[in-house]
Amino acid sequence: MKAVASDVLVVGGGIVGSSATFFLRQRGRSVTLLERGMVGQQASGVNFGNIRRQGRPLEHLALSNRASATWRRMNELVGEDVEHIAEGHIRVCYRDRPEILDDFVSYAREARIRGLDLEVVSGTALRQRFPFFGPEVLGGSYSPLDGHANPRLAAPALARAARRNGATVVENCEILHVEKNGDDFCVTSSDGRTFRAPALLVTAGAWSSRFATQFGEPVPLASHGPTMCVTEPVPYSIHCAVGVVSPVKEEDLYFRQIPRGNIIIGGGLRNPSYPDVCRAYVMPRNTLNQFRQIRRLAPELKRLHIIRVWTGVEGYLPDSQPIIGPSRTTSGLYYAFGFSGAGFQIGPGAGDVMAELIATGQTTTPIDVFDINRSAISTTS
Amino acid sequence: MVGPRVVVIGAGPAGTRCAETLVAAGVRPTLIDENRRDGGQIYRRQPDNFRRSYGTLYGTEAGRAEAQHRAFDALLGHIDYFPDSLVWNISERSVCVLRESSLTEFPFDALVLCTGATDRLMPIKGWNLAGTYSLGGAQVALKAQACAIGRQVAFIGTGPLLYLVAAQYLKAGAGVAAVLDTSPWSLRLAALPKLLAVPRALLNGVALTLALRRAGVPMESGVEPLEIGGSPDGGVAGLSFKDAGGETRSVACDAVAMGYHLRPETQLADLARCEFHFDEATRQWLPRIDSQGRSSVAGVYLAGDGVRILGANAAEVSGRLAAMALLQDLGQPVDTAALAEQRRILSRLERFAQGLRQSFPWPAQLAARLPDDAVVCRCEAITAGELRHIVARTGAVEANRVKAFGRVGMGRCQGRYCANAAAEIVAHAANVPLEQVGRLRGQAPVKPLPMGAEADAP
Repeated sequence: MKAVASDVLVVGGGIVGSSATFFLRQRGRSVTLLERGMVGQQASGVNFGNIRRQGRPLEHLALSNRASATWRRMNELVGEDVEHIAEGHIRVCYRDRPEILDDFVSYAREARIRGLDLEVVSGTALRQRFPFFGPEVLGGSYSPLDGHANPRLAAPALARAARRNGATVVENCEILHVEKNGDDFCVTSSDGRTFRAPALLVTAGAWSSRFATQFGEPVPLASHGPTMCVTEPVPYSIHCAVGVVSPVKEEDLYFRQIPRGNIIIGGGLRNPSYPDVCRAYVMPRNTLNQFRQIRRLAPELKRLHIIRVWTGVEGYLPDSQPIIGPSRTTSGLYYAFGFSGAGFQIGPGAGDVMAELIATGQTTTPIDVFDINRSAISTTS
Repeated sequence: MVGPRVVVIGAGPAGTRCAETLVAAGVRPTLIDENRRDGGQIYRRQPDNFRRSYGTLYGTEAGRAEAQHRAFDALLGHIDYFPDSLVWNISERSVCVLRESSLTEFPFDALVLCTGATDRLMPIKGWNLAGTYSLGGAQVALKAQACAIGRQVAFIGTGPLLYLVAAQYLKAGAGVAAVLDTSPWSLRLAALPKLLAVPRALLNGVALTLALRRAGVPMESGVEPLEIGGSPDGGVAGLSFKDAGGETRSVACDAVAMGYHLRPETQLADLARCEFHFDEATRQWLPRIDSQGRSSVAGVYLAGDGVRILGANAAEVSGRLAAMALLQDLGQPVDTAALAEQRRILSRLERFAQGLRQSFPWPAQLAARLPDDAVVCRCEAITAGELRHIVARTGAVEANRVKAFGRVGMGRCQGRYCANAAAEIVAHAANVPLEQVGRLRGQAPVKPLPMGAEADAP
């Protein structure tokens, strides 16, 4: 069988792979996107849907801002509604950790220099603007231009738009084998199809390490499942996304309401996930922890019922930062994976910057901090 | 020595007979039931201060109902019984229970799911108007609270419950506007040899029909439901249908009870990670079981209408069989003669159930004809047209994919009421076999769970 040839092969149809495919087409490159299941079905489709810049490491903000610009144009770019609501994002701390409020102030000062405007609010001002917070909440950092979007829709919409613009999107394509022959990467799928291209971008989330390992760059990628649930619909009144900052993992909680009325809740303890079978399972105790935490954060919500829980397979690196950039062993090979549970907002930025890197050989946004050779994820002691 | 921890879920015919068999073998099971009292749906007990006789409440099934309740009462003291307890999840060989607004886990070594059935529904335009109930819901109102769902009730759908509930309403003095069956009479005649496997049940069915006819209730077979008429404020005002001759007709009514036979409640089996298979005969995905009710998961057994729609009598038998399988797997001796006898009874009842399926088939063809503006998913208010549009626009065919894009099955009911029909609509719109659409993955909680609930101290 004749191999499908293109300029770039993208392996993994999550939000990063779909947006890279989309932006590569915008740059006139021929692209084939290979997805083992359905586009956006794994981490990109089951995450909370945070469009959050604040709280990310300061050196990530340039890329996060680039993603933010894409998010604001997303509906126009993909030609459909991905339910992006840029009506603010607030992160709060509890009274027993007042030092976090000081951190908010210093972070806001640094973020402003990097193009992200934040406002630290507490006391009466906080309660007037966000009356749903419980008495334990001390104060928060508010980001007016951030918000949330629908993870179930975004990656598939990007892939559909890319396809309309001429990309080849192959779903249900399990990759058996990858090799580099001369200048070309040759990929064989389990049903015997072959694909070739001089550039290969690995955006396979929790399943990416096998490719990096094959090319001599093993990475300690682990997988976990987020804990998510959603309530019955109630009148739409909370427009911003909400989160808690705490060093205690149990206290880490976030929620957002959608115009349909449901409140989506995420955070807390992670679940076991099984990349080999593409499944993860919510542990009931993690859902119950969310109940306890929601009663502290927004006590009135305890009157609601949850109607569904879910999780998925997310790829985590030891420093919780993704790998974005070229391979250091193999020319033509690129990586963007390991977003460690925080890839939804920054994903379209990562796809955009990888398209730029592959098409032009350089990036206008610095990405050195995400290098695969950084010491924090080095597997050699 | 502490014995094996055996948990039975459901105190209907299957759960009761299962627990009885276990107790007789010296096992003390934990029996968890969502209802306030035992009996399941079919032998649902009335509230304590109600005084209707067995004959009044259960009609021809009075003897069986009384025997069932007596058997259950005799178990008290030999089982750990938790009524009014919702099993909302199964995880890591524990059953997660909501009881009196507290959350408890029951670890198990063996688990028998006797989760029963609910009505299988085919949407009809207007079924989201107030006054539309499932046949089961209409029956619960009568059995539990001695209430009718309306003054003039139209019954539409197919299956034995259609005639049974209409006759019960008639007997209770409620107005029965019409009984409209989508299945033609000819199918009942063709199924007669199979229905004769249980002559008493066949005669009961005939008697119900005759009683309705004698009372002058308009009855039609081979109809096509068209629309429930009315208004959002006033609720149901009428029902239109096409009769077997192709003529459009309507009946005035203030409530509609509808149902197309039953569907097993399989969410807990799914959460227990049991394997499912596509059953071509009923066009449903069902958990895989062996002849005694062993699921694909070691130590998990399935019995009653929660795994196969075979009726209450068969549920009692399959409850016993599952208990015997469980005992065998624990290494306890089982009376092989009794086992063979139960199997023989079950195969006769299976033949009768086949006859019922053949007489009252699921009208899959109606899904294709459902108008675009008819609501399919009532929780999320998604119409047939929106569903078809999602298939056309995104190419989504698999049930969970369609749900992700279009919210069908994403609401409070988790697809209980719409998933069967939605799958048919998608299969028709995409022109693929129904099996290819697959089934919605079960997701906890099985029913809405209050965030105010507190976890019991371990």
